[in-house]
Amino acid sequence: MDALTASIPLLVFVVVGTIAVASSILVVAMRNPVNSALFLLLTFLCVAVLFVMEGAEFVGAVQVLVYAGGIMVLFLFVVMLINVRALPDDRILSPYWTGGAVVGAAVFVLLVALVRPGVYHEQNDNPLALRSTTVNARHRVVQPDGTTVRKRYTRQQVVGNSEAIGMALYRDYLVPFEVASLFLLVAMVGAILIGKRELGIDDEDVDPQYIVDRVAEEKEMKEAMSA
Amino acid sequence: MPSTSDFLMLSATLFTVGLIGVILRRNMITVLMCIELMLNAVNINLVTFSHMLGSLEGQIFTIFVITVAAGEAAVGLAIIIQLYRLKSSINVDDARNLNG
Repeated sequence: MDALTASIPLLVFVVVGTIAVASSILVVAMRNPVNSALFLLLTFLCVAVLFVMEGAEFVGAVQVLVYAGGIMVLFLFVVMLINVRALPDDRILSPYWTGGAVVGAAVFVLLVALVRPGVYHEQNDNPLALRSTTVNARHRVVQPDGTTVRKRYTRQQVVGNSEAIGMALYRDYLVPFEVASLFLLVAMVGAILIGKRELGIDDEDVDPQYIVDRVAEEKEMKEAMSA
Repeated sequence: MPSTSDFLMLSATLFTVGLIGVILRRNMITVLMCIELMLNAVNINLVTFSHMLGSLEGQIFTIFVITVAAGEAAVGLAIIIQLYRLKSSINVDDARNLNG
């Protein structure tokens, strides 16, 4: 029974890892982007399970919330916005597929050679480190003359993984955290600016081809001017 | 418990699948999904080493990588929408010129 209980994590890893790899291959292989997106969702969920297995519960939760919740909705939204059925259903592979396969195989061999079993030691030296944080504390010290003073000291306190990450993020990595918020603001403004329609041509009856024609027209005019 | 190398091998496999997808596929949305796949493989690596070394830094960096991935997906998809309006296509081979 003990051996069975001990083998459960390995069993979970094998099952979840197999599903993750299989669905990631299907992401690449599927013709329809909606199918790709749903298999990508499955991959993200499997990776979240792996995070939880490795004692990173908070990162696993963030993975589900941000990736499976936010980014996937964004992808599906864009897939719906772009009329996939109307796109020409030609060859899905790039003409450089032989080179791509060779590069992929080479990178895979290189990575596996780097991380093959026995390269890294397996034991976690300090399993409580992922869920503990340093706290400032005070304790009373009785001095020789009878008075007591309070001295500050720091000690390790075992908390949860989320609290340990929160302490590290808001204390040791506060500046990167603020820069990340600025980054998200810039990304949001940039996405809105890039994604919005140009003014004056957002009438319903205007074909996107109109823009292409106008660009070609301007190009011809420029060439005629410079000639 | 599966070993450190097991997680790293899985991460290497996912990264390779994503890389092959980026090189092989012509649909721009799928290419962006494969980039997300590669970032996820990197996240597995960071969390695995965080577990191995008993240090929280790997998990902190994973959160930053997820943040950057969210921003990258938003901007990338906006570019794809704009390209679709311009060219009526999201094939990477059709995005040859940068001058609009």
